[in-house]
Amino acid sequence: MYAALWRVLPGPVWAKAIQCLALVVAVVAVLFQWVFPAVADLVPFNDNTVG
Amino acid sequence: MIRRVVGGVGELLITAGVLVLLFVAWQLWWTDVVADRQQQQIVEALSEDFLNGSDGTVGSDAFPDLGQDRAFAIIRVPRFGKDYARPVIEGTARPVLALGVGHYDGTVAPGEVGNFSVAGHRITYGRPFHTIDTLRAGDRVIIETKPTVFVYEITGHEIVRPWQTEVIAPVPDEPGKAPTAALLTMTSCHPKYSATYRYVTHGTLVDSVPRADWRYADWSTVKG
Repeated sequence: MYAALWRVLPGPVWAKAIQCLALVVAVVAVLFQWVFPAVADLVPFNDNTVG
Repeated sequence: MIRRVVGGVGELLITAGVLVLLFVAWQLWWTDVVADRQQQQIVEALSEDFLNGSDGTVGSDAFPDLGQDRAFAIIRVPRFGKDYARPVIEGTARPVLALGVGHYDGTVAPGEVGNFSVAGHRITYGRPFHTIDTLRAGDRVIIETKPTVFVYEITGHEIVRPWQTEVIAPVPDEPGKAPTAALLTMTSCHPKYSATYRYVTHGTLVDSVPRADWRYADWSTVKG
């Protein structure tokens, strides 16, 4: 899957590397901003109130 | 063919592992970064409103994440640090506890006879009650509202299970009994990194000072 991605990205190796880095940053940003806050509501260790 | 399938499954497993590690990093580190900043901004907005504003509360007009809930007080605990200050917000829903300390619905307002009860995170989301276990009898907890500054003195603590709601009864641990004193209860998770128990600290009101008469410049020197 990642090998296929590497082949699809255009340009020389350094350009591919930069694009991969940008993709990683974008994915982490989406996870931190939207996905993880939603997932956190489903895990059990965040309840802090009594009862 | 088999090599490709096995390789693909391997990549998926590694990806899943990285995702889990990222989630842990987000939960244990990033929520603190975001919540510390937000809670500090709400404290500053409250302080400004206490001095120059109208009703002494801050809401979603300034901080959309507050939703229907309003911040109405600042809790200061010298034991937690000289400049420790966190907003106190109505309600204890999950989004509220990410923005400060939550005031349990149905418990009295600060300074009133009964049990003013608040909940705060022990870890993550700015962890306002991270060091709740360092509070000792005699320590001061200051609840600052626009009209009045309330000084509570810590009297003791108990460790209970999450469903033991009697700790926030008007008379703690004696539900149904009519209160005669103005008390404070702070609850948080126990032990750290677990939600198995609740660490519950109780206090009693020792002073209520109109803002105009408040004489302490340094919160950590409050004797009450």
